[in-house]
Amino acid sequence: MNAEVLLDDAGREVLLTGNEAVARGALEAGVNYAASYPGSPTAEILEALAQAQKLYPDRLYTEWSVNEKVAMEGAAAASFAGLRSLTIMKCDGLNVAFDFLTSLGLSGTRGGMVIAVGDDPSAHSSAKEEDSRYLGRLAHLAIWEPADSQQAKEMVKAAFDLSEQMGQPVMLRLTTRVCHAATNATLGPLPKGPAPQAIIAPTDKFITWIEGHKAQEERLLGAVQVANRSNFNRYLGPDQPEILVVACGPSFHYAHEAVEELRAKAEDWGLGSLNGIGILQLATAWPLPEELLLGYLKSARQVIVLEEIEPFVEDYLLGLVARNSSTLGQTVVYGKHSGHVASSNGIGLGELNPELVYRAIAKAIAPGALAPVASTATPSSKPSEAGEQPSFPGRDLAFCAGCPHRASFWALRSALELDGRRGIILGDIGCYSLAKGRTGFNAFQTMHAMGSGAGIASGLGQLWRFGFSQPVVAVVGDSTFYHAVVPALINGRYTQSNFLCIILDNQTTAMTGHQPHPGTGGGAAGDPLPPVPMEQIISGLGLPFTILDPFDIPKATAGIYAALQQPGVQILILRQTCALIATKREIRPEVYVDPDLCRGYNCSCFNFCSRVFACPGNIWDDQRGVASIDQSVCNRCGVCISLCPAGAIKTRTEEDVSHEQLAS
Amino acid sequence: MSSSLVNLVIAGVGGQGNVLASQIIGRTAVACGWKVASADTFGVSQRGGSVMSHLRLAPQGSYGPLVPPKRAHIILGLEPLETARVLSTYGNPHTKLLLNPRPNFPLAVLIRERSYPDLHQLLSHIRNQSSEVREIQAAQLAETAGTLLAQNVVMTGALAGTGWLPFPAEAYKRVLNSIFGSDQSKSKKLDLNLYAFELGYQAATHAAQAS
Ligand code: SF4
Ligand code: SF4
Repeated sequence: MNAEVLLDDAGREVLLTGNEAVARGALEAGVNYAASYPGSPTAEILEALAQAQKLYPDRLYTEWSVNEKVAMEGAAAASFAGLRSLTIMKCDGLNVAFDFLTSLGLSGTRGGMVIAVGDDPSAHSSAKEEDSRYLGRLAHLAIWEPADSQQAKEMVKAAFDLSEQMGQPVMLRLTTRVCHAATNATLGPLPKGPAPQAIIAPTDKFITWIEGHKAQEERLLGAVQVANRSNFNRYLGPDQPEILVVACGPSFHYAHEAVEELRAKAEDWGLGSLNGIGILQLATAWPLPEELLLGYLKSARQVIVLEEIEPFVEDYLLGLVARNSSTLGQTVVYGKHSGHVASSNGIGLGELNPELVYRAIAKAIAPGALAPVASTATPSSKPSEAGEQPSFPGRDLAFCAGCPHRASFWALRSALELDGRRGIILGDIGCYSLAKGRTGFNAFQTMHAMGSGAGIASGLGQLWRFGFSQPVVAVVGDSTFYHAVVPALINGRYTQSNFLCIILDNQTTAMTGHQPHPGTGGGAAGDPLPPVPMEQIISGLGLPFTILDPFDIPKATAGIYAALQQPGVQILILRQTCALIATKREIRPEVYVDPDLCRGYNCSCFNFCSRVFACPGNIWDDQRGVASIDQSVCNRCGVCISLCPAGAIKTRTEEDVSHEQLAS
Repeated sequence: MSSSLVNLVIAGVGGQGNVLASQIIGRTAVACGWKVASADTFGVSQRGGSVMSHLRLAPQGSYGPLVPPKRAHIILGLEPLETARVLSTYGNPHTKLLLNPRPNFPLAVLIRERSYPDLHQLLSHIRNQSSEVREIQAAQLAETAGTLLAQNVVMTGALAGTGWLPFPAEAYKRVLNSIFGSDQSKSKKLDLNLYAFELGYQAATHAAQAS
């Protein structure tokens, strides 16, 4: 985190990511309670607020909750008591919290409550690209979407005010290119003095019932008026545009650049000055500012809609144009439906970028003049999108060097091979999701939402009555265990299902940046909370369990094999700290390859260490034709030492080091 | 659009510290009164995938965080294969390039399904495609500074040393100070990173004199 987020220095201009800006905006708005379950792209918001809690412990409480529903419930509690609260999650997390959210909108809230949701167009760090605006709309919330950090910061503050005005939560939709982008932002003043007194009066009632629906619809009408006047809906262009670009989120900036570029080329293409183009940033995504839009639609005969993931605004705009066709005349709306706004993967897929936006606008206003454009590219982790040349090998995602998961999946694979009954592995969500690919030996046969692996296992474990005889293994992470696995385990024991649940306990929420969870203990701000050991929970469920070290491959393999032979629900905890944390904590002895013992290229082991186990630390010394360890990558877990069939991989003991020093 | 806009792309592999390099450069620019928009890809891409950071730096104006194709003025290459990949999409004949020539092998290469391009060919391919290339042996320099993990800071120092951006070395060092030096226990880390920065800075200045 950039420490400048917390500076008490109003007026100073700093570089903030969108996530930092949301945290800063909440601080400036006097937020008292913030709760989240970590998820990309929004995990860093609560991290910044947790740092603030250390500075202002009387004003702010932060927590990493066990899941998003509980996070939202806690934030609602603070709001009921009159405090300002923020809850943060990714789009998938909103699904988890959604049952509560639809109730909360009906019961109403008191203190300002803001729900920040991160959508990940192109799924850079997600399994899916979901558009949370639909859920927000279904819950009858007002939804705002910023384009950059400065706006995100101001928007959070205004969202707290709007929430108090409406008496219900306000949702902020954030996308990856806002959350993880950094732009200039000017710090505002931080509130001084004591936090408000939390209290719920006997007359304060927050109860979900059908009467609330009418109130919600009325509140939304109020939000429309706010949206019509909102400064967040920025407009660049003539008062009466001929062409209107409606841009949501960061595409506002892309549109601005694209129009400038088209203007520069307009003369060559015989397009006139292009002065009739107006660009409207639609920041109030729901409810839409109809009056504002109709003002521009009076003159604009062509409308281009730019938004990420689904055609949410576009659909609404089409309806608005249809409803007003008698006064508007013929208006054409270009967007995803017309095929103008499409990524390289197809219409409605993936995130927008400057080139896609340029193409969309050019195609709409000057279809004949559109010059051929270079291949589409966004900074993406996916090699297929990276404008790759055929001679360049792509780069799969891989477990870190020394990651305990690589060892765990190796042992699991070996045990299933020994067992020989075509056991199946059910995946879940975390770093270990990568086991769907080659780094985890393509282990998974299913992967869905958090906790679903264990639920699916519970179902498969009942299918023996239909002749299903394959062993079933659900693989879950430690944070996932607390988040959503426990109910499925209760179900499994209650219905006497048959499966093995392996908990890959690396003692952190690794995927999202190493946040604590109930099993690790310790609060968001480093407060000393004692852990809730998973062993106690599992014992309480009355399920048998074993704890093993995945780095001890023979024992781990034998343990998995033994568990596979047992009926009922079995639990195996494979416990070993995440490599990224372990290397910071302890200094392990250097691992190296003895070139005299390594069997080299053309031998029986067939490059076993790098080719089969595929830890990125095990590389090849092409000049000498032997294996070697990349010391800038190796995290010194020592697993490859036990796997090398020639015993060529060793740790450098102090003795070796002093020998070398003598020799040199 | 102002012609003084600088588009910079950092190319590397997950875990190499792109994000830190981009943060140092971006914060230095803002401290010098510039406007910045930058985008990093992180999340799962920390785990060994291709990682890119885009930085758009300008004395004034506001820009979106992504560099359009073929518009990079500078590429900071932390790994040769990734540099070649980024160059082919974002580079143009005027793009200047600062390169750490040490390879990091993709999974497909480790499992011997693909081979890593011949390093000499790869480097000459890179040289042929840009107006100016400076190679920095960041691994050796980082080891001298005390840890191979500091290669990204060496490269950031080297970028400062090229003079391609108008920010003084002192401005970068103040940012390093605020990142690594906020308390006593961190002072060793700060010294190490300042040293790594300095080594990179010197290397780039010498590379310029040699060419
Ligand atoms: S010791 Fe071997 S398996 Fe472990 S990180 Fe190093 S190279 Fe990889
Ligand atoms: S962050 Fe930890 S758990 Fe995730 S891949 Fe790296 S070592 Fe494994």
